[in-house]
Amino acid sequence: MAILLDEKSRVVIQGITGSEGSFHTREAVKMGTSIVAGVTPGKGGANLDGIPVYDGVAEAVEKQKANVAGILTPAAFTSDAVFEAIEAGVELIICLTEGVPVQEMIKVKQALKGSGARMIGPNCPGITTPGVGKVGFMPNFIHKKGNVGVISRSGTLTYEVIWQLTNLGIGQSTSVGIGGDPIVGSGFTDILALFEADPETEAIVMIGEIGGTAEEEAAEFIRSQVKKPVVSFIAGRTAPPGRRMGHAGAIISGGRGTAADKFKALENAGVAVERNPAEIGQRIAEILKIK
Amino acid sequence: MKIHEYQAKELLRAYGIPVPRGRFAATPDEARRAAEELSCRTVIKAQIHSGGRGKGGGVKPADSPDEASAVAGKIIGMQLVTHQTGPEGKKVRRVLVEEASEVQKEFYLSLLVDRSRKRECIVFMVSEAGGMEIEKVAADTPEKIVSCAVHPVVGFSPFQARKLAAALPLSAEQRKTFTDIVRNLYRLFLDKDCSLVEINPLAITADGRLLALDAKVDFDDDGLYRHPEIKALRDQDEEAPLEIEAKNASVNYIKLDGNVGCMVNGAGLAMTTMDMIKMAGGEPANFLDVGGGASPEQIEKAFKILTSDPNVKCILVNIFGGILRCDRVSAGLIQAAKNIEMKLPMVVRLQGTNVDEGRKMLNESGLRFTVAEGLYEAAEKAVALVK
Repeated sequence: MAILLDEKSRVVIQGITGSEGSFHTREAVKMGTSIVAGVTPGKGGANLDGIPVYDGVAEAVEKQKANVAGILTPAAFTSDAVFEAIEAGVELIICLTEGVPVQEMIKVKQALKGSGARMIGPNCPGITTPGVGKVGFMPNFIHKKGNVGVISRSGTLTYEVIWQLTNLGIGQSTSVGIGGDPIVGSGFTDILALFEADPETEAIVMIGEIGGTAEEEAAEFIRSQVKKPVVSFIAGRTAPPGRRMGHAGAIISGGRGTAADKFKALENAGVAVERNPAEIGQRIAEILKIK
Repeated sequence: MKIHEYQAKELLRAYGIPVPRGRFAATPDEARRAAEELSCRTVIKAQIHSGGRGKGGGVKPADSPDEASAVAGKIIGMQLVTHQTGPEGKKVRRVLVEEASEVQKEFYLSLLVDRSRKRECIVFMVSEAGGMEIEKVAADTPEKIVSCAVHPVVGFSPFQARKLAAALPLSAEQRKTFTDIVRNLYRLFLDKDCSLVEINPLAITADGRLLALDAKVDFDDDGLYRHPEIKALRDQDEEAPLEIEAKNASVNYIKLDGNVGCMVNGAGLAMTTMDMIKMAGGEPANFLDVGGGASPEQIEKAFKILTSDPNVKCILVNIFGGILRCDRVSAGLIQAAKNIEMKLPMVVRLQGTNVDEGRKMLNESGLRFTVAEGLYEAAEKAVALVK
């Protein structure tokens, strides 16, 4: 089963002929991902290792029955790429591009409302379902098929945690990087709901960061809606206020968004908060043994 | 991106929002001429990218051009310390010489992006308690803040201006001006990809006019590519020299106060590495994310930036190779160590893509370093080296 990316997924990559696009498409193919088409305006008729390239997403949907769009276009063209994917009727949009202006994201969120499409990202490492494939940047070798769902706002920190789990023999149902921007397509709560409903997922790891209130909102959701065990870590306990820590969303401003606030909210919601990120895997191992 | 008050006020003026007459000056002489041109009582305001300038002694009145020159002479060149600058303060290079206003009342007005999931749109905030820190007002008297979300598709609607105006003691005439100000601010916010526009205080003068006495405008860095005119307002003097160098090398670097320098790939992992150093009883000297696709040259530059901070006593390299390959990191480290005669002890933790090649290269390079396997082990070893 897993969530979001599964056996039924047929992926079209927007921006497939760019250097990032082609590199990550090939990596995903190595993992067995069903990438059925690519889109680059003006390059229709070309192909990448036999994957047909079209001028528009609608054509890829019509001819190759694509139902998932992975977006690797440059930032300036990314909101347009999302609008096109929504219009073409794909069910899932995974937007990997970094640097999309926040005001574009405000429009994108409106376009997503009532469209039937779900979006992950932007500025995220994407989604991997071991045994099915991936759309995004996560290294292929770190995963193992299993029953822990991973949700994160970070990139490499997510790889770190997945790798920890795998080394302990704990596999993952699906790993989802929701992205580090202030406004993202899907938040923690959306993905938590999917993991809660997924029969294959037994426990959830949630990795947050300083800035915003997404983790506090997730805590509230977990308290009332999630019965599966959740282990959580928040990065940036030592970050000074007012400084943006790499991700546009990771900034403590006006005394809000601190790691301490987030740890407290999660603890109050019954989440197993782990302050030492090197111990996240161990914590999950303990929980799964108890079950 | 942040800009100075005088730049923010020029933008407001261009959008029809009333601001006091003013000129900026970089020398006492320029300040004197500015005051002569304005030919009225003036206020001399230090221009740095931090709030709380008045309390720190960076805002002073001047009754004559002579006094303007004397006051500017004191402020320009001073190391201004406010609650936002840190204890070392910021050097003042310019002042704004502005027409002094007699103030009857002070309000707060701002526009910002509300990122909470319920809203995800642009929001107005207004308060009759102006001139104070809005965080303090929000904590002590939240009922004095009225906010109003603008629907992204519908856009700004006049009823919203009426709602905001109702929160302030305004006359009918002032309400009309206020509505114009609010509408124009929203236009500015959209046009220029702002992330914050704050007028604090928005004053009512003794003769009943509305006037933006202070202004702060921040921009979304991700939107700057489509606003070259805004990008040109960037003042590099306001940024730490090492941070500018880092920006030019596409490396994300923030200087902190500790002595364990860290080099990490990915922002989340970089923050986590800082947290781990602290957990192990040490203090991180910086946040440094070399990014996903770093070349050996970028690794070398990052290394140079890191080691040019004199506080750094030990270096912790923590790389989880995904897109970034470990062999490239090793190549960069070896190159850097050779070129800058590294004397500092170094702890290296490599994991992920091409890790075996990367470790082999380091082992054969003759470079002296301590190997760590795990995340926490790496932090502990680095902290032990500075103690």
